[in-house]
Amino acid sequence: MEQHTQGSILPVKTIAVLCGMVTVAVIMSFGFKEEIIADRHTRQGMEKDSAASVAAFMDVYKVLMSPRCMNCHPAGDVPLQGDDSHIHSMLPQRGKEGKGVYAMKCSNCHQKENLEGPNKPPGHPDWHLPPASAKMVFQGKTPEQLARQLVNPKTNGNKSLQQLIEHADDGLVKVGWNMGEGRTPPPISHAEFKKAWITWIENGAFAPKGK
Amino acid sequence: MITLNINKKTYNVDVDPNTPLLWVLRDTLGLVGTKYGCGIAQCGACTIHLDGNAVRSCVMPVSAVGSKKVTTIEGLSEKGEHPVQKAWLEHDVAQCGYCQSGQIMSVAVLLRENKAPTDADIDAAMSGNICRCGTYLRVRSAIHAAAELQRKKA
Repeated sequence: MEQHTQGSILPVKTIAVLCGMVTVAVIMSFGFKEEIIADRHTRQGMEKDSAASVAAFMDVYKVLMSPRCMNCHPAGDVPLQGDDSHIHSMLPQRGKEGKGVYAMKCSNCHQKENLEGPNKPPGHPDWHLPPASAKMVFQGKTPEQLARQLVNPKTNGNKSLQQLIEHADDGLVKVGWNMGEGRTPPPISHAEFKKAWITWIENGAFAPKGK
Repeated sequence: MITLNINKKTYNVDVDPNTPLLWVLRDTLGLVGTKYGCGIAQCGACTIHLDGNAVRSCVMPVSAVGSKKVTTIEGLSEKGEHPVQKAWLEHDVAQCGYCQSGQIMSVAVLLRENKAPTDADIDAAMSGNICRCGTYLRVRSAIHAAAELQRKKA
Protein backbone atom coordinates (compact mmCIF):
# COMPACT_ATOMS: atom_id res chain seq x y z
CA MET A 1 0.00 0.00 0.00
CA GLU A 2 2.76 2.31 1.06
CA GLN A 3 4.67 1.38 -2.02
CA HIS A 4 1.56 2.05 -4.08
CA THR A 5 1.18 5.50 -2.52
CA GLN A 6 4.81 6.32 -3.11
CA GLY A 7 4.42 5.05 -6.65
CA SER A 8 1.56 7.44 -7.25
CA ILE A 9 3.40 10.39 -5.71
CA LEU A 10 6.60 9.99 -7.75
CA PRO A 11 4.99 10.69 -11.14
CA VAL A 12 3.40 13.81 -9.68
CA LYS A 13 6.83 15.03 -8.56
CA THR A 14 8.35 14.13 -11.90
CA ILE A 15 5.61 15.97 -13.75
CA ALA A 16 6.06 18.99 -11.50
CA VAL A 17 9.81 19.00 -12.13
CA LEU A 18 9.30 18.60 -15.86
CA CYS A 19 6.73 21.38 -15.90
CA GLY A 20 9.18 23.57 -14.08
CA MET A 21 11.93 22.77 -16.54
CA VAL A 22 9.67 23.42 -19.51
CA THR A 23 8.59 26.73 -17.99
CA VAL A 24 12.20 27.75 -17.48
CA ALA A 25 13.06 26.68 -21.02
CA VAL A 26 10.15 28.69 -22.44
CA ILE A 27 11.14 31.75 -20.43
CA MET A 28 14.77 31.35 -21.50
CA SER A 29 13.82 30.94 -25.14
CA PHE A 30 11.76 34.12 -25.01
CA GLY A 31 14.63 35.76 -23.26
CA PHE A 32 17.09 34.72 -25.97
CA LYS A 33 14.70 35.83 -28.71
CA GLU A 34 14.41 39.22 -27.09
CA GLU A 35 18.20 39.36 -26.79
CA ILE A 36 18.69 38.50 -30.46
CA ILE A 37 16.22 41.17 -31.49
CA ALA A 38 17.83 43.61 -29.07
CA ASP A 39 21.23 42.74 -30.47
CA ARG A 40 19.86 43.38 -33.92
CA HIS A 41 18.70 46.80 -32.88
CA THR A 42 21.62 47.95 -30.79
CA ARG A 43 25.33 48.01 -31.23
CA GLN A 44 28.01 48.53 -28.67
CA GLY A 45 25.52 49.48 -26.03
CA MET A 46 23.85 52.22 -28.02
CA GLU A 47 20.22 52.94 -27.30
CA LYS A 48 17.74 52.35 -30.04
CA ASP A 49 16.64 55.55 -31.73
CA SER A 50 14.05 54.66 -34.30
CA ALA A 51 13.53 58.26 -35.42
CA ALA A 52 17.24 58.81 -36.11
CA SER A 53 17.45 55.42 -37.76
CA VAL A 54 14.52 56.02 -40.10
CA ALA A 55 15.68 59.57 -40.92
CA ALA A 56 19.12 58.26 -41.85
CA PHE A 57 17.62 55.50 -43.93
CA MET A 58 15.74 57.99 -46.08
CA ASP A 59 19.12 59.43 -47.13
CA VAL A 60 20.39 55.92 -47.74
CA TYR A 61 17.30 55.16 -49.80
CA LYS A 62 17.87 58.15 -52.08
CA VAL A 63 21.34 56.85 -52.86
CA LEU A 64 20.35 53.22 -53.36
CA MET A 65 17.55 54.23 -55.71
CA SER A 66 19.80 56.50 -57.75
CA PRO A 67 20.77 55.08 -61.16
CA ARG A 68 24.36 54.57 -60.04
CA CYS A 69 23.24 51.94 -57.52
CA MET A 70 19.85 50.75 -58.79
CA ASN A 71 21.03 50.06 -62.34
CA CYS A 72 22.88 46.99 -61.12
CA HIS A 73 20.08 45.95 -58.75
CA PRO A 74 17.31 45.54 -61.34
CA ALA A 75 13.98 43.78 -60.87
CA GLY A 76 14.71 41.59 -63.90
CA ASP A 77 17.80 39.69 -64.96
CA VAL A 78 19.17 42.38 -67.27
CA PRO A 79 20.96 45.40 -65.78
CA LEU A 80 19.82 48.95 -66.38
CA GLN A 81 21.85 51.71 -67.94
CA GLY A 82 22.12 55.49 -67.98
CA ASP A 83 20.61 58.26 -65.89
CA ASP A 84 17.15 57.22 -67.14
CA SER A 85 17.73 53.59 -66.06
CA HIS A 86 16.79 52.10 -69.40
CA ILE A 87 17.39 48.40 -70.07
CA HIS A 88 21.11 47.82 -70.77
CA SER A 89 21.76 47.70 -74.49
CA MET A 90 22.83 44.27 -75.77
CA LEU A 91 20.66 42.69 -73.06
CA PRO A 92 23.44 41.10 -71.00
CA GLN A 93 22.00 38.44 -68.69
CA ARG A 94 22.68 38.18 -64.96
CA GLY A 95 23.86 34.54 -65.06
CA LYS A 96 24.23 32.32 -62.01
CA GLU A 97 27.02 34.32 -60.41
CA GLY A 98 25.86 37.74 -61.59
CA LYS A 99 28.79 38.07 -63.96
CA GLY A 100 27.02 37.47 -67.25
CA VAL A 101 26.91 34.44 -69.53
CA TYR A 102 29.06 32.93 -72.29
CA ALA A 103 30.33 35.68 -74.60
CA MET A 104 28.35 38.28 -72.66
CA LYS A 105 30.20 38.53 -69.39
CA CYS A 106 30.33 41.91 -67.65
CA SER A 107 34.12 42.02 -67.71
CA ASN A 108 34.20 41.56 -71.49
CA CYS A 109 33.38 45.26 -71.79
CA HIS A 110 33.78 46.67 -68.27
CA GLN A 111 37.51 47.04 -67.77
CA LYS A 112 39.37 47.33 -64.48
CA GLU A 113 39.11 51.11 -64.64
CA ASN A 114 36.83 53.67 -66.25
CA LEU A 115 37.51 54.42 -69.88
CA GLU A 116 38.01 57.96 -71.05
CA GLY A 117 35.15 59.66 -72.85
CA PRO A 118 31.42 60.18 -72.27
CA ASN A 119 29.31 57.10 -71.63
CA LYS A 120 32.14 54.63 -72.20
CA PRO A 121 31.80 51.49 -70.06
CA PRO A 122 32.66 52.27 -66.42
CA GLY A 123 35.21 49.97 -64.84
CA HIS A 124 36.08 47.91 -61.78
CA PRO A 125 38.05 44.64 -61.50
CA ASP A 126 35.00 42.79 -60.17
CA TRP A 127 32.08 44.27 -62.12
CA HIS A 128 28.92 42.22 -61.51
CA LEU A 129 25.29 42.11 -60.54
CA PRO A 130 24.08 40.32 -57.41
CA PRO A 131 24.03 36.55 -58.04
CA ALA A 132 20.90 34.65 -59.09
CA SER A 133 20.68 33.08 -55.62
CA ALA A 134 20.29 36.51 -53.95
CA LYS A 135 19.20 39.11 -56.48
CA MET A 136 19.01 41.96 -53.94
CA VAL A 137 16.55 43.90 -56.07
CA PHE A 138 16.37 47.67 -55.43
CA GLN A 139 14.25 48.64 -58.45
CA GLY A 140 10.63 49.24 -57.47
CA LYS A 141 11.14 48.77 -53.73
CA THR A 142 9.57 51.13 -51.21
CA PRO A 143 11.78 52.40 -48.36
CA GLU A 144 10.14 49.94 -45.96
CA GLN A 145 10.60 47.00 -48.32
CA LEU A 146 14.19 47.90 -49.08
CA ALA A 147 15.14 48.43 -45.43
CA ARG A 148 13.68 45.06 -44.46
CA GLN A 149 15.43 43.38 -47.37
CA LEU A 150 18.78 44.91 -46.49
CA VAL A 151 18.86 43.65 -42.89
CA ASN A 152 17.53 40.17 -43.61
CA PRO A 153 20.43 37.72 -44.17
CA LYS A 154 18.14 35.65 -46.41
CA THR A 155 17.77 38.56 -48.81
CA ASN A 156 21.01 40.51 -48.33
CA GLY A 157 23.53 37.89 -49.38
CA ASN A 158 23.82 36.46 -45.85
CA LYS A 159 25.44 39.56 -44.36
CA SER A 160 25.50 40.35 -40.66
CA LEU A 161 24.99 43.93 -39.52
CA GLN A 162 28.74 44.29 -39.09
CA GLN A 163 29.30 43.05 -42.62
CA LEU A 164 26.63 45.44 -43.85
CA ILE A 165 28.49 48.34 -42.24
CA GLU A 166 31.74 47.21 -43.86
CA HIS A 167 29.94 46.90 -47.21
CA ALA A 168 29.71 50.70 -47.38
CA ASP A 169 33.42 50.66 -48.25
CA ASP A 170 33.16 47.87 -50.82
CA GLY A 171 35.07 48.77 -53.97
CA LEU A 172 32.12 48.25 -56.29
CA VAL A 173 29.86 50.33 -54.02
CA LYS A 174 32.36 53.20 -54.07
CA VAL A 175 32.57 53.06 -57.85
CA GLY A 176 29.06 54.54 -57.80
CA TRP A 177 30.70 57.87 -57.06
CA ASN A 178 33.26 57.50 -59.81
CA MET A 179 31.36 56.25 -62.82
CA GLY A 180 33.05 58.19 -65.56
CA GLU A 181 31.95 60.98 -67.84
CA GLY A 182 28.27 61.35 -68.67
CA ARG A 183 26.78 59.84 -65.52
CA THR A 184 25.18 61.78 -62.66
CA PRO A 185 26.60 60.72 -59.26
CA PRO A 186 24.31 59.77 -56.33
CA PRO A 187 22.59 62.74 -54.61
CA ILE A 188 24.97 62.84 -51.61
CA SER A 189 28.70 62.17 -51.26
CA HIS A 190 30.06 58.76 -50.33
CA ALA A 191 31.10 60.13 -46.93
CA GLU A 192 27.57 61.40 -46.27
CA PHE A 193 26.12 58.12 -47.48
CA LYS A 194 28.40 56.08 -45.23
CA LYS A 195 27.49 58.23 -42.24
CA ALA A 196 23.76 57.80 -42.92
CA TRP A 197 24.22 54.05 -43.56
CA ILE A 198 25.99 53.51 -40.23
CA THR A 199 23.59 55.79 -38.36
CA TRP A 200 20.69 53.78 -39.74
CA ILE A 201 22.20 50.44 -38.72
CA GLU A 202 23.63 51.44 -35.35
CA ASN A 203 20.36 52.99 -34.28
CA GLY A 204 18.48 49.78 -34.90
CA ALA A 205 18.18 49.43 -38.68
CA PHE A 206 14.52 50.38 -38.48
CA ALA A 207 12.32 50.22 -41.55
CA PRO A 208 10.23 53.32 -42.28
CA LYS A 209 6.65 52.13 -41.78
CA GLY A 210 4.15 52.53 -44.57
CA LYS A 211 6.63 54.26 -46.87
CA MET B 1 57.70 48.58 -75.46
CA ILE B 2 54.81 46.25 -74.72
CA THR B 3 55.04 42.48 -75.18
CA LEU B 4 51.94 40.67 -76.38
CA ASN B 5 51.10 37.01 -76.90
CA ILE B 6 48.80 36.86 -79.92
CA ASN B 7 47.76 33.66 -81.67
CA LYS B 8 50.61 31.81 -79.96
CA LYS B 9 53.24 34.25 -81.20
CA THR B 10 55.11 36.91 -79.23
CA TYR B 11 55.04 40.50 -80.45
CA ASN B 12 56.81 43.58 -79.09
CA VAL B 13 54.97 46.79 -79.89
CA ASP B 14 56.00 50.37 -79.30
CA VAL B 15 52.65 52.08 -78.74
CA ASP B 16 50.94 54.38 -76.25
CA PRO B 17 49.74 52.15 -73.36
CA ASN B 18 46.25 53.64 -73.67
CA THR B 19 45.89 52.53 -77.28
CA PRO B 20 42.93 50.16 -77.66
CA LEU B 21 44.06 46.61 -78.40
CA LEU B 22 41.98 46.70 -81.60
CA TRP B 23 44.19 49.38 -83.15
CA VAL B 24 47.36 47.54 -82.17
CA LEU B 25 46.00 44.41 -83.85
CA ARG B 26 44.88 46.17 -87.00
CA ASP B 27 47.24 49.11 -87.49
CA THR B 28 50.43 47.98 -85.79
CA LEU B 29 50.38 44.25 -86.48
CA GLY B 30 48.22 44.06 -89.61
CA LEU B 31 45.79 41.53 -88.16
CA VAL B 32 42.77 43.08 -89.86
CA GLY B 33 40.32 40.19 -89.46
CA THR B 34 39.08 41.88 -86.28
CA LYS B 35 36.80 44.79 -87.24
CA TYR B 36 36.07 48.26 -85.91
CA GLY B 37 32.34 48.87 -85.57
CA CYS B 38 31.40 51.35 -82.86
CA GLY B 39 34.44 51.92 -80.65
CA ILE B 40 32.34 51.83 -77.45
CA ALA B 41 31.82 48.09 -76.92
CA GLN B 42 28.30 48.16 -78.24
CA CYS B 43 28.37 46.13 -81.46
CA GLY B 44 30.70 43.15 -81.01
CA ALA B 45 32.58 43.46 -84.32
CA CYS B 46 35.91 43.74 -82.48
CA THR B 47 35.44 40.63 -80.29
CA ILE B 48 38.63 38.67 -79.64
CA HIS B 49 39.55 36.12 -76.96
CA LEU B 50 41.62 37.12 -73.99
CA ASP B 51 42.55 33.99 -72.05
CA GLY B 52 39.45 32.46 -73.60
CA ASN B 53 37.00 35.25 -72.74
CA ALA B 54 35.18 37.10 -75.51
CA VAL B 55 36.53 40.59 -74.92
CA ARG B 56 35.74 43.78 -76.86
CA SER B 57 39.13 44.88 -78.14
CA CYS B 58 37.97 48.40 -79.03
CA VAL B 59 37.71 49.38 -75.36
CA MET B 60 40.58 47.37 -73.94
CA PRO B 61 43.74 49.43 -73.45
CA VAL B 62 46.71 47.44 -74.71
CA SER B 63 48.38 47.99 -71.33
CA ALA B 64 45.61 45.91 -69.69
CA VAL B 65 46.44 42.79 -71.70
CA GLY B 66 49.59 41.95 -69.75
CA SER B 67 50.60 38.29 -70.08
CA LYS B 68 47.15 37.12 -71.08
CA LYS B 69 46.84 35.21 -74.33
CA VAL B 70 45.10 37.01 -77.19
CA THR B 71 43.35 35.00 -79.89
CA THR B 72 41.96 36.74 -82.95
CA ILE B 73 39.93 35.28 -85.80
CA GLU B 74 43.24 34.60 -87.57
CA GLY B 75 44.28 32.34 -84.71
CA LEU B 76 41.00 30.56 -83.96
CA SER B 77 42.12 27.61 -86.12
CA GLU B 78 45.04 26.97 -88.44
CA LYS B 79 43.12 26.42 -91.65
CA GLY B 80 39.59 27.53 -90.90
CA GLU B 81 38.63 24.12 -89.59
CA HIS B 82 37.02 25.26 -86.35
CA PRO B 83 33.47 23.80 -86.22
CA VAL B 84 32.00 27.32 -86.13
CA GLN B 85 33.92 28.38 -89.23
CA LYS B 86 32.85 25.22 -91.06
CA ALA B 87 29.20 25.70 -90.10
CA TRP B 88 29.42 29.34 -91.14
CA LEU B 89 30.43 28.34 -94.65
CA GLU B 90 27.92 25.50 -94.87
CA HIS B 91 25.08 27.81 -93.89
CA ASP B 92 26.36 30.70 -95.97
CA VAL B 93 25.85 32.95 -92.96
CA ALA B 94 27.73 36.03 -94.07
CA GLN B 95 26.03 38.68 -96.15
CA CYS B 96 28.31 41.72 -96.10
CA GLY B 97 30.50 39.84 -93.62
CA TYR B 98 31.62 42.81 -91.56
CA CYS B 99 30.40 41.45 -88.21
CA GLN B 100 31.33 37.83 -88.87
CA SER B 101 34.70 37.60 -87.16
CA GLY B 102 33.18 39.03 -83.98
CA GLN B 103 30.17 36.73 -84.25
CA ILE B 104 32.36 33.67 -84.72
CA MET B 105 34.61 34.55 -81.79
CA SER B 106 31.56 34.92 -79.54
CA VAL B 107 30.07 31.62 -80.74
CA ALA B 108 33.35 29.83 -80.04
CA VAL B 109 33.06 30.85 -76.38
CA LEU B 110 29.40 29.84 -76.23
CA LEU B 111 30.11 26.36 -77.62
CA ARG B 112 33.08 25.85 -75.35
CA GLU B 113 30.87 26.46 -72.32
CA ASN B 114 27.63 24.94 -73.64
CA LYS B 115 27.88 21.96 -75.98
CA ALA B 116 24.18 21.93 -76.88
CA PRO B 117 22.79 25.46 -76.63
CA THR B 118 19.07 26.12 -76.95
CA ASP B 119 17.72 29.06 -78.92
CA ALA B 120 17.44 30.95 -75.62
CA ASP B 121 21.08 30.20 -74.77
CA ILE B 122 22.10 31.43 -78.22
CA ASP B 123 20.08 34.63 -77.84
CA ALA B 124 21.65 35.27 -74.41
CA ALA B 125 25.16 34.68 -75.72
CA MET B 126 24.83 36.54 -79.00
CA SER B 127 22.72 39.57 -78.11
CA GLY B 128 25.87 41.70 -78.06
CA ASN B 129 26.86 40.97 -81.65
CA ILE B 130 24.97 43.17 -84.02
CA CYS B 131 24.53 42.29 -87.69
CA ARG B 132 23.44 45.21 -89.87
CA CYS B 133 22.38 42.76 -92.63
CA GLY B 134 20.07 40.96 -90.21
CA THR B 135 21.49 37.47 -90.69
CA TYR B 136 20.43 36.45 -87.21
CA LEU B 137 18.39 33.43 -88.27
CA ARG B 138 21.29 32.05 -90.29
CA VAL B 139 23.62 32.77 -87.36
CA ARG B 140 21.35 30.74 -85.11
CA SER B 141 21.11 27.82 -87.58
CA ALA B 142 24.86 27.78 -88.01
CA ILE B 143 25.39 27.71 -84.25
CA HIS B 144 23.18 24.63 -83.93
CA ALA B 145 25.09 23.05 -86.83
CA ALA B 146 28.45 23.94 -85.27
CA ALA B 147 27.35 22.39 -81.98
CA GLU B 148 26.47 19.23 -83.89
CA LEU B 149 29.85 19.22 -85.67
CA GLN B 150 31.61 19.75 -82.37
CA ARG B 151 29.75 16.82 -80.78
CA LYS B 152 30.63 14.53 -83.70
CA LYS B 153 34.25 15.59 -83.48
CA ALA B 154 34.41 14.89 -79.73
